[in-house]
Amino acid sequence: MKPKKHKSIITKRRKEVSSGLESLGLKIYEQLDKGDFPSIEMPSRSTENIYYDPQVRQFILGDKKVRRKARNIRHLRPFTQLVWTAFFSHELTSQRKTSTLRDVYYSAQAYEMKFKDQQESNNIITDLETVLAFSREDFNIFPEERSAVFGDLTIEYTVPGYEGKRLNLTSHPDGVMIGPALTSAEFVKTTADKVIAIEKGGLFTRFVEEGVHKKFNAILVLTAGQAPRATRHFVRRLNRELNVPAYIFTDGDPWGMHIAMVMISGSANAAHLRELTTPDAKWSGVWATDIVNYKLPADPLDEVDIKRLYELQRDPRYKDPLWQREIKMFLKIRKKAEQEAFSRYGLTYIVDEYLPAKLEETK
Amino acid sequence: MAKTTFEEISAADFFYRNRDIAGFTNPSRAIFAATRELVENSLDAAESLKTPPDIYVRLSFDGEASSETKIYKLRVEDNGIGVPPRHIPSAFGQVLFGSKYKLKQQRGTFGLGGKMAILYGQITTHQPACIISSTGVSKIYMYKLMIDIRRNRPLILDRKVLINKERWRGTIVEFNLEGDYFRAMPKILEYFKQTAMVNPYANLTFVDPKGRLYKFTRVTMEMPDPPKETLPHPYGVDVELLQRLIQVTPHRNMMEFLRNHFHRVGEITARKFLEFANIRSSKNPKKLAHNEIVRLMRMLKKFREFLPPDASCLSPLGEELLRAGVLKELKPEFVVVHQRRPSAYAGHPFIIEVAIAYGGEIPKRGTFPIYRFANRIPLLYDEASDVSVRVINSINWRRYKVTPDMPVAIATHICSTKIPYKTVGKEFIADRPEVGREIANGLRGAARQLQRFLTRREHVDREQRRLGIFSKYLPKIAQFSAQLAGKEKTPDIKKLLWSVKSFETEKA
Ligand SMILES: Nc1ncnc2c1ncn2[C@@H]1O[C@H](COP(=O)(O)OP(=O)(O)OP(=O)(O)O)[C@@H](O)[C@H]1O
Ligand SMILES: [Mg+2]
Repeated sequence: MKPKKHKSIITKRRKEVSSGLESLGLKIYEQLDKGDFPSIEMPSRSTENIYYDPQVRQFILGDKKVRRKARNIRHLRPFTQLVWTAFFSHELTSQRKTSTLRDVYYSAQAYEMKFKDQQESNNIITDLETVLAFSREDFNIFPEERSAVFGDLTIEYTVPGYEGKRLNLTSHPDGVMIGPALTSAEFVKTTADKVIAIEKGGLFTRFVEEGVHKKFNAILVLTAGQAPRATRHFVRRLNRELNVPAYIFTDGDPWGMHIAMVMISGSANAAHLRELTTPDAKWSGVWATDIVNYKLPADPLDEVDIKRLYELQRDPRYKDPLWQREIKMFLKIRKKAEQEAFSRYGLTYIVDEYLPAKLEETK
Repeated sequence: MAKTTFEEISAADFFYRNRDIAGFTNPSRAIFAATRELVENSLDAAESLKTPPDIYVRLSFDGEASSETKIYKLRVEDNGIGVPPRHIPSAFGQVLFGSKYKLKQQRGTFGLGGKMAILYGQITTHQPACIISSTGVSKIYMYKLMIDIRRNRPLILDRKVLINKERWRGTIVEFNLEGDYFRAMPKILEYFKQTAMVNPYANLTFVDPKGRLYKFTRVTMEMPDPPKETLPHPYGVDVELLQRLIQVTPHRNMMEFLRNHFHRVGEITARKFLEFANIRSSKNPKKLAHNEIVRLMRMLKKFREFLPPDASCLSPLGEELLRAGVLKELKPEFVVVHQRRPSAYAGHPFIIEVAIAYGGEIPKRGTFPIYRFANRIPLLYDEASDVSVRVINSINWRRYKVTPDMPVAIATHICSTKIPYKTVGKEFIADRPEVGREIANGLRGAARQLQRFLTRREHVDREQRRLGIFSKYLPKIAQFSAQLAGKEKTPDIKKLLWSVKSFETEKA
């Protein structure tokens, strides 16, 4: 691994983000300076403009554009909020400070820019993402939820006060939180040859205890339910920058299946963003067929589960044979199983038997 | 079988026994009615000289009467015309004696009001009334008198003549009466406020029994032209009036009689009428038999060709003064006033004036406060029976974008040589179709003006809000974009703000 190469990635991206913000400001400034009402164009995020692109293997926005015009009284407030959010993001990134969505909502008040509620402020942040095609984490704005990572990867912080400081991600048995500092860290070196993402905290801890990272040369990522965007981006970076395959383990039900799918192919909500997906990642279980093959203790599917399965069956992201097969099987057996179900064969069965088999199967 | 006795009673006796019909129903109504009768006499007295009235009213505690009622001294001073000394005793001590029997728009009509107050005081306290008056000559006359109820005659107890060095002109009336001021207080204060509203050229001062001073100050010295005396219109006469006219007329033929005693009857009209009624023009009116008089009255009412009564004898308040009065007492944001053209009912000319006040200190109550006036007198009782209230309730206000939750108050004023009161208490106006129609038309006219005002204001508000939004946000956009672009100077947005107003018109 050549650390030099990785190192430039974070700095380069930071430059792109900040010049994106600045040129947005300049565009508006120039319109005003000419005596015009400024306007900003961005792709429309309405459902009619969201398509699944099999090439990119994620949802993308179509050609439809919307224009926010300061001349239109109904646009004026969101327009101003957008400019403020760009300004605030620029302050954050240039001062190397991070904030949460909640912080942004409150910070606005200091500039007499009160948002009606958290939702309004979140929407404006999404607008800014759409305009600049960067995600909010690039603007140093993070949601509250946090997930964790554990494994032999040495990172180098770039956050102020820690620049150049290195950490090996095995140093804490609970894992290291995937927060702003880790998100902006450079990858220095690793011995791992794969990434395993796990839905549930209990299983993540079991894997650490059982030394899965050593036995399987893996970096373990806890998604803690639906993976936060920072985590999705982090897994993508691991996959791309370290050039290692990623495997995802979730509960055996439509919801677990979809956690894996969002990491692989993204969500419609993030159709305006790239680099949150890991299209080559594999969903390794728990499959419906696993419930049958491993005779796992299972619960019956309820109505909502079944309704969800029918939705997924029609979803373009699920068109691959594996997914279709598993959906059919779920609908056939009308059962679901949690990752913990393997404990019926003993606590280490999942690590000793199931995991190697599935890694092999989904290679 | 009980023995029936017959006796004659005097007018004073009659009205004393029937004081309810004059408004002296109970101790609280009585103190209100007494105050109001004297104030109205004073207003009449000043207005007949076109002098802006200065009226001072004091009610003071003078002793206990019972647990609820007390004895009060009522004193009213004015700067009016004054009463010639020889008339003072009768004007204040003889019921149905007055100077206002001619046809003329005035507050007083019955020759009763002031005396009812004095009579009531006399009955409840057994004390004389004191009248001081001067017409501005070198002497001031002071009378202490009581009313001989049985004979309806003034009883003069004392009389003094004082030197009038300062040439004071006016009248002071003072007497004691029993009453319940604390019950009456809200009505009395309301009475002053509303009186001030339709007499914006008057100064009214009231000191109540607790020594509290209420001052209603004039906002103008302008006064309407005083009303003129007029002859009765043929449609308005009754047998009683015909008989009286026949008694006093110096004319010896019907032609002259009609021409000289009736309003808007000239030679041609008189001739046509006499033909129509089949009466010889040379007939001596004094020779008409009773049944002929009755027939004459019927024919007068039937004849279609009399010209409508001329309203030039009336003295409406006028739109400017009504506006000034409403603004002064109700303090609304806005008031629309509307004066109708003169009209007539049963031979009596009348003019309707209305005002609709909006916003400001007017409360939102779910119903509109209604202020009713007749010949510049506020009417405070029996609102539900009044023609104005019926008309207001029958109007579809929503058509004018006026809803009950709005801060709206309505005032109606009728002036006439004969207000169609239902009682001598002058509290509400009978539902004459002609009167009702005029009130309705007046209110509709005012409502349309109000609607225009509301629409215009809404438009201005919308413009203001628009401009407010632009001036709130554009500077921020300028500031943040400049900082983001790393520019020293913020772009100038004045031009953009100027243009904001113009696209509204562009769009409209
Ligand atoms: N303050 C006053 N100044 C001058 N004249 C007065 C005053 N008060 C009363 N008068 C005279 O006394 C007369 C009698 O007054 P009174 O109030 O009894 O009857 P009115 O005013 O004629 O009729 P109404 O019964 O409608 O009040 C009046 O017509 C008026 O000529
Ligand atoms: Mg009177």
